[in-house]
Amino acid sequence: MITRRSNINIAGGIVRSLLLGVFVALFTVHDGYAGEITDVVEVESRLFPQTRLDNRQHGNNLSLGIEFEYFHDWQDGDQRFVLMPYFRLDQGDGNRTHLDIRELYWRKSFDSADLYIGIRKVFWGVTETLHLIDIVNQTDLVEILDTEDKLGQPMVNLTLIRDWGTLDLFLLPYFRERLFPGIAGRLRPFVSVATGQTVYESDAEQFRPDFAVRWSHIVGDFDLGVGHFYGTSREPRLMPAINLTGPPVLIPHYDLLNQASLDLQYFRGDWLWKMEGVFRDGIEGRSAAAVGGFEYTIVGLLGSDYNLGIVTEYQFDNRGGPFVPIGNNDLATGARLTFNDVQDTDLLAFMVQDMENQTRFASIEANRRLSGNREVTLEARFFMNTAVNTPLRSLRRDDYFQVMFTQFF
Amino acid sequence: MPSSKYKTMHKSTTWLLAALLIAALLPFSLVAQDKTGEERGLDIAVEADRRDYGFDDFSAGLTMILRNKHGEETERYMRVRTLEQESDGDKSLIIFDNPGDVKGTAFLFFTHKEESDDQWLYLPALKRVKRIASSNKSGPFVGSEFAYEDLTSQEVEKYTYRYIQNEPFDGRDHFVIERDPVDPKSGYTKQMVWIDNQEYRVWKITFYDRKESHLKTLVFEDYNQYLDQYWRADQLSMLNHQTGKSTVLRWTDYQFRNEFKERDFNRNSLSKAR
Repeated sequence: MITRRSNINIAGGIVRSLLLGVFVALFTVHDGYAGEITDVVEVESRLFPQTRLDNRQHGNNLSLGIEFEYFHDWQDGDQRFVLMPYFRLDQGDGNRTHLDIRELYWRKSFDSADLYIGIRKVFWGVTETLHLIDIVNQTDLVEILDTEDKLGQPMVNLTLIRDWGTLDLFLLPYFRERLFPGIAGRLRPFVSVATGQTVYESDAEQFRPDFAVRWSHIVGDFDLGVGHFYGTSREPRLMPAINLTGPPVLIPHYDLLNQASLDLQYFRGDWLWKMEGVFRDGIEGRSAAAVGGFEYTIVGLLGSDYNLGIVTEYQFDNRGGPFVPIGNNDLATGARLTFNDVQDTDLLAFMVQDMENQTRFASIEANRRLSGNREVTLEARFFMNTAVNTPLRSLRRDDYFQVMFTQFF
Repeated sequence: MPSSKYKTMHKSTTWLLAALLIAALLPFSLVAQDKTGEERGLDIAVEADRRDYGFDDFSAGLTMILRNKHGEETERYMRVRTLEQESDGDKSLIIFDNPGDVKGTAFLFFTHKEESDDQWLYLPALKRVKRIASSNKSGPFVGSEFAYEDLTSQEVEKYTYRYIQNEPFDGRDHFVIERDPVDPKSGYTKQMVWIDNQEYRVWKITFYDRKESHLKTLVFEDYNQYLDQYWRADQLSMLNHQTGKSTVLRWTDYQFRNEFKERDFNRNSLSKAR
């Protein structure tokens, strides 16, 4: 099945959702318990010191992001309405310019249960260098590489809080396609992704409902989570294809997937031991992946106020395919230095090293508050020794330095 | 009969002499007070704890004013909710409103009498609840002069005590007790605490660091009584003598008995805190 995404329909859908949101917002302000608006505006400048791989790609780049959040609580906080649209305007890449409803939901709380209906973002997981089990939301890959930015996911979610743990049940009625940088964008596969030719395994395509469940509990010094997802995989297979009219492209294939997951955290003094693991069963057969390691914190480094956190995690993935998957046999090590100062300065540096093909990825990030409502973030990312058969090969000229100013209103 | 009378008198005299002899041989303090300094110190801490027991829960607003040694000020606003526990340390939730980059960030603390406290942090941008290492207790709380361990609930079992002396000031008489943290992860070797002997309110604490030098002084001001029993100070001022920096905590809108439940203080409620 080959489908063409209709941009007009999507845009129309967003506008409709927005209008609906405003209406709901207006009509829920009745017994005014707590309601609040927050705006965040960020200006980002990226410097690419190396020559682009493809001359259609942009050079240094400016970008603007705006996040708006409205929430309203009533019935003593037992009911909540949230609206959070996000908009990015990008100088160089049309695909990075996008509008997304990150959240638009209503929540009703009962004695030991919460019911959510609407668009939300949900995080699953415990590890620091890879988010393996985090499958509820689609990744917004045009925002940032680290897969921590997510697209809003429509859902009905029932959370049961019991003595035996927390049980989360999800019905996910609509599938969001992953966003990829466009032809003019950096940090993309060398062969561009033709999102207009997306293929689904399910005949219902984006309207096939997905199901997810996760039980989590604290047992002594252990934090434990067991989950299962059945539905359309958030991660597409990118299959090379030849178009009659143009250059070769990669077509995203979204397959049906059964994925069981386990996450575990053991906690002892200064040590946090963490692991996440998944078993997948889908069109490509069965595979397993895991990431695990420790986080060790030194409080008051050398008699100062600084905290130093050391993270080491091993990543494993036995999936087959034309490319070696990210995190197939990699060691990630990093350190976070927290200054504990008035400006909340922190510094995070880590490197992921492939143990087989020597491909290396390094990242440095620093954060500091400038004044009460302004923050500056510096970021640098490097792709080194990229092996021919890794997805990072396409990014070998995309090392970048970034300065971002964020203003909170 | 006279012989028996004499005998009795003789017996009492012997006992009196024996008692005087023992008293002379014993350290003076024991005879004067029956109790050791450790016992008296513990008694005072237990009494202060007993008088504050039964408040069930409270919520309050908290303004934190951070001053550097040049007198430049930075402010933070947060809201605090605490649920009292019958047989363990209290549970607390702290939600940040300001500055903007930490708005919506929330901490959940489970204090324990014996073991290390449990701490979680909610990061709203990632929708992620993270567990924090317990040794973090000696670190500064959000860049202030208060360490985590200064802010979490002060359980009797967390220290060993010793009564030092009585000391009057500001028209009140105070017990001065020394308390030493039991947990080796504490940033302090000892604290001196001034507690008034009428209402058992803490008025001053001096903190001694791991090198046993005077690190900080905390002063409590503007006490109000709630529910005819529970005293809370509106203002706490912490001065760091080694850096010249200080932090003032201003508590507002104290409300007791909000009927908070256990379900308001778990990882799920942490992720919903606003």
